Amino acid sequence: MNDMTMSSFVEMDDVSLRYGEDGDGTLALEHASMRVTRGEFVAVVGPSGCGKSTLMKVVTGLWPATRGGVIVNSKEVDRPLSITGMAFQNPTLLPWRTTLDNVMLPLEIVQPHASQLSRDRKNYEAKARDLLRLVGLQGFESKYPWELSGGMQQRASICRALIHDPALLMLDEPFGALDMFTREELWLAMQDLWIARRPTVILVTHDLREAVFLADRILVMSARPGRIVAERTVDLPRARKLDMTYEPYAVNLVQELRNHISSAREAA
Amino acid sequence: MSDMTMENVAVGKTKSNVKRRRPLSRRKEFRYVLPWLVIAAMFLIWQLCVDGFQIEEFVLPSPAAIFAAAWEFHMPILQSAWETAVTTTTGFAFAILIGTAGGVLIGSSPIIYAGFYPALIGFNTIPKVAVVPILIIWFGVGPIPAVITSFMLAFFPILVNVATGIATVEPELQDVLRALGASRWQVIRKVGLPRSMPYFFASLKVAITVAFIGSIVAETVGGNKGIGSFMLTASSRFEVPLAFAALLVTSIMGIIMYTITSIVERRMTGWAMRGPSGGISVAAG
Repeated sequence: MNDMTMSSFVEMDDVSLRYGEDGDGTLALEHASMRVTRGEFVAVVGPSGCGKSTLMKVVTGLWPATRGGVIVNSKEVDRPLSITGMAFQNPTLLPWRTTLDNVMLPLEIVQPHASQLSRDRKNYEAKARDLLRLVGLQGFESKYPWELSGGMQQRASICRALIHDPALLMLDEPFGALDMFTREELWLAMQDLWIARRPTVILVTHDLREAVFLADRILVMSARPGRIVAERTVDLPRARKLDMTYEPYAVNLVQELRNHISSAREAA
Repeated sequence: MSDMTMENVAVGKTKSNVKRRRPLSRRKEFRYVLPWLVIAAMFLIWQLCVDGFQIEEFVLPSPAAIFAAAWEFHMPILQSAWETAVTTTTGFAFAILIGTAGGVLIGSSPIIYAGFYPALIGFNTIPKVAVVPILIIWFGVGPIPAVITSFMLAFFPILVNVATGIATVEPELQDVLRALGASRWQVIRKVGLPRSMPYFFASLKVAITVAFIGSIVAETVGGNKGIGSFMLTASSRFEVPLAFAALLVTSIMGIIMYTITSIVERRMTGWAMRGPSGGISVAAG
């Protein structure tokens, strides 16, 4: 029993979700099931509009499932989880806060940090600075978001998602809007962060190289209404290097995922 | 030909770099002086017109006559201006309190919005001059009708702007906060309110002006105090220069209050005005 709960941190069982109140909205998910182990890095890939972002909202409890249930950390999800960190394609930093204050925002909300923050401000600030250094943002702590480049804003946004040591990190195409070089840099930064802190990560992406580079396991979703149709484990040693994504193993894996997705698109 | 001009422009540029003489219109000091020059010129033209066309004083008094009247009666004018300033700022303060609270409520809840907005629009379209006699019946002649009128005019723009700021928080940002377990009130406090500050201060500039109009209208329709009532008395005695002097004081008071709200705005929401001149430095300071 204990072993079960340990092994499955996120359990999504036969979930369907239809948007709209009257049951005539878009069916975004149908019979979607997945399991994620604690500390695992999972990537979800699929054709565009397949309900990847919906999947994230269901797992975090932001949208209730129409049918089926989600269990996270052995608790049924019936309201927004408070143990999640989220980052999106858009960095969504607050323009009236400095980078440091932006990163520290979750600490003002999540307990027990919120009640300790004023007393322990120095320690928390040091923690935020450490995190910013890890993604190469030292020296930018007191800059405002509009003084940072897009890639830097995204780094800060990822730090914000991690500052409160979330057990679950949800990334919704966080590198999607960046150029290739910045994206690869952030993959490395993301890997370092994951190795250092080992959160459970669910990464939604349409970049297959990204999925192969970062994830332990890749789930392929069908076209809308989405469900998981295939699953591949990535057997590459950590810490991975960017070159690995051009070696035959990774290239073949990308090719295979590609085929899955195009057949998923044709099926639709 | 075209090459020639290109070259000339280039040469001109290097020259100006060496000399660094900027045209008058680009200088900072000139911009500070400019409004005063405009006002002085207006008074000068006015004076010349009155003198040149020999306009009677009870039709249009000359600026000189107005200044003379203002100086002669400066004590009662200042007294009335002070009374108006007090009623206006009181009404304005209530407008800020109730307008902000109402804006937060309406902006954060679609149901409250749907229920109350039509009624608010209806209320706002009532001409406030028509309400003043009713207020006088209820509260008697005195400062209260002026306070209420200025409040009624000022609270609506504040409410609408705060509501807009709060209602337009990006959905993704709400998700980020809700996924941290933030309550609705926390989302409003951490994101909604700071985000609506630029809207709020923009509305203050409108609100202070209409609050002023409100109390003067109330004083004119039925008051025994304040600059509006002072103006009415002066004109009923055909002391036209004095009425104009009171008008001038009203306008100065309006400018002062507008300037104060502008300064507060720039201090509070420098992050929203990221122009090269000041925005960033104000925000950083």
